[in-house]
Amino acid sequence: MTTTSVANALSLQRRNELRRIWILLALFSALVASFVLDIATGPSMLGVGEVVNVLLGLIGVPVEVLPTSEVIVTGLRLPIALMALTVGGVLGVGGAEMQTLLNNPMASPYTLGMAAAAGFGAALMLYVGSLGVSAQLAVPVGAFVCCMLSAGLLFGLAMMRHITSGQLILAGIALLFLFQSLLSLVQFVSSPELSQQILFWLFGSLTNATWMNVGITASVTLVCMTLLMRDAWKLTALRLGEARAKSLGVNVVRLRLKTLVIVALMTATVTSFVGIIGFIGIVAPNIARMLVGEDQRYFLPLSFLVGAFLLSSASVLSKTIVPGALFPIGIVTAIIGVPFFFWMIIAKRSH
Amino acid sequence: MLEVRDLSLAFDDLLLADRLCFQLEAGKTHVIIGPNGTGKSSLLKALFGDLRPQSGEVLFDGECLDYRHVAQWRQRFSYMPQDIRLDIGLTVLEVVLLGRLGALSLKLKDPLIEAALEALEQIGLLHLAYRDVRTLSGGQCQMILFAQALMRSPRVLMLDEPVSALDLHFQQVLLDHLDQQTHRQHWVSVMILHDLNLAAQYADNLLVLKGGRLIAEGAPAAILNPELVREVYGVSAEVAYDQQGIPFVRTPRRGRSGHVAPAVQARSVLTG
Repeated sequence: MTTTSVANALSLQRRNELRRIWILLALFSALVASFVLDIATGPSMLGVGEVVNVLLGLIGVPVEVLPTSEVIVTGLRLPIALMALTVGGVLGVGGAEMQTLLNNPMASPYTLGMAAAAGFGAALMLYVGSLGVSAQLAVPVGAFVCCMLSAGLLFGLAMMRHITSGQLILAGIALLFLFQSLLSLVQFVSSPELSQQILFWLFGSLTNATWMNVGITASVTLVCMTLLMRDAWKLTALRLGEARAKSLGVNVVRLRLKTLVIVALMTATVTSFVGIIGFIGIVAPNIARMLVGEDQRYFLPLSFLVGAFLLSSASVLSKTIVPGALFPIGIVTAIIGVPFFFWMIIAKRSH
Repeated sequence: MLEVRDLSLAFDDLLLADRLCFQLEAGKTHVIIGPNGTGKSSLLKALFGDLRPQSGEVLFDGECLDYRHVAQWRQRFSYMPQDIRLDIGLTVLEVVLLGRLGALSLKLKDPLIEAALEALEQIGLLHLAYRDVRTLSGGQCQMILFAQALMRSPRVLMLDEPVSALDLHFQQVLLDHLDQQTHRQHWVSVMILHDLNLAAQYADNLLVLKGGRLIAEGAPAAILNPELVREVYGVSAEVAYDQQGIPFVRTPRRGRSGHVAPAVQARSVLTG
């Protein structure tokens, strides 16, 4: 029954899909490269070949490696490098889905106050002396709870009838200001030393990564990503506008809520372990969108890959800008990210 | 058959439907006309289960619309809202595919893509399949969304001003396709139109709404007359009939003093 023109168009579609898969693969390769570099760089530089050998050894390939290299890689740098990947990816995906939900390329968990809330939670915990528990545990828990709290306020709004995405964004910005002020308040009443400690947490840092932290973050991410991928088409439909998504059979309120919960959970988890790393949430999805469009089957994984790549390479940079010194990664991402973002906006304008 | 019984719908003190009762038969095109802001779009939303009426019920083949299982109700509907803006980085084909949302998976099967491409071919827009929808004109978007609505293979097809941005050619393509498919697939097709002539031409059943009430209902030839036009729109108009007996409505131009009729000017151009 199908005419030749339809058959031609079908093969075009397959070619189109293949092109996007190649883009995903290209980014994946770039990510692997920056991941290896991330492990290689540090106070004692390792050779790239050596790192590759250790990694191959870890997955069971019989290769000879120096015991010191193996200790540095598995004990110190691998968890940090893995954390960079996961956190970057989560921030990218979080931004992508917030932008999808709110129909706005400026949305991200950061701009909606979730990160600020986490910062406040962490600061509060440091201020009250961790309630007698170890700070290693209390600070992430405080950050997580506050992050979910601010997300909860957004959920409440999102569940109401006739709330537009514009109103949700406004509410998110209001929350951002609220938690930033509360954070400033805590810093204001704290001693200088404590204030310093809070500030350091806010900068964001991957150096606290342990195998346990990485394990928790990676499992949460894996589960959340799977859930999001299952809704890929519905999320694509949502971007057509609420009325149309409804007409296509999407339960908009439920999808919004479910996605918000997933994003909040991922964001809260990573933020509670590494502090505030802004910007990736906005930049990564915008890059992904330019590369593969908004078919979420590709957009979602690519946002993850771009985010992971950005944070991983920022991690390399933070160690190599000034040899021997470690720059806070949150600062590096913003300084590198902003000019890049400007370039993107200008490039887009000419289209 | 889609049936509405005693449906009342109001926003605060704005009455949009006042105990409406009507039945929409399958295999026919039902056209709703009426003045702006009279609740035509809201009526479609109520049929779709998106707006909950103050009272009354909606039934399909005897089954009552149950708001606890609204997703189930909507499965048999294909509803094309009025808004035709598409601001999303998707190709035309992807937008059309979304019409079959329930059948889409991570790996798309050939027959599904072929169905979408065929839907595009039927309305003459296959060549746009790989264009980014943001580069399309308003009329092209409208046609694409029509293709998307067709993809759902519905039992009830509701179109809210489906030709508002279309040129003469695509107007005819869309309405003819709708006409044929409604008959062939036995759909209940409901559309809102503003052009009374198109309504008269394509409606099997015309529903005239004003102030929340059904002023008239029936075959266009039977109900469309100057009195009705005056009652509904407050406009005096001529109603003539073409060779097939289909009425057409013409509003007179309320001339300025010293104005020369355009027809006379046109003739002078042709002869001179």
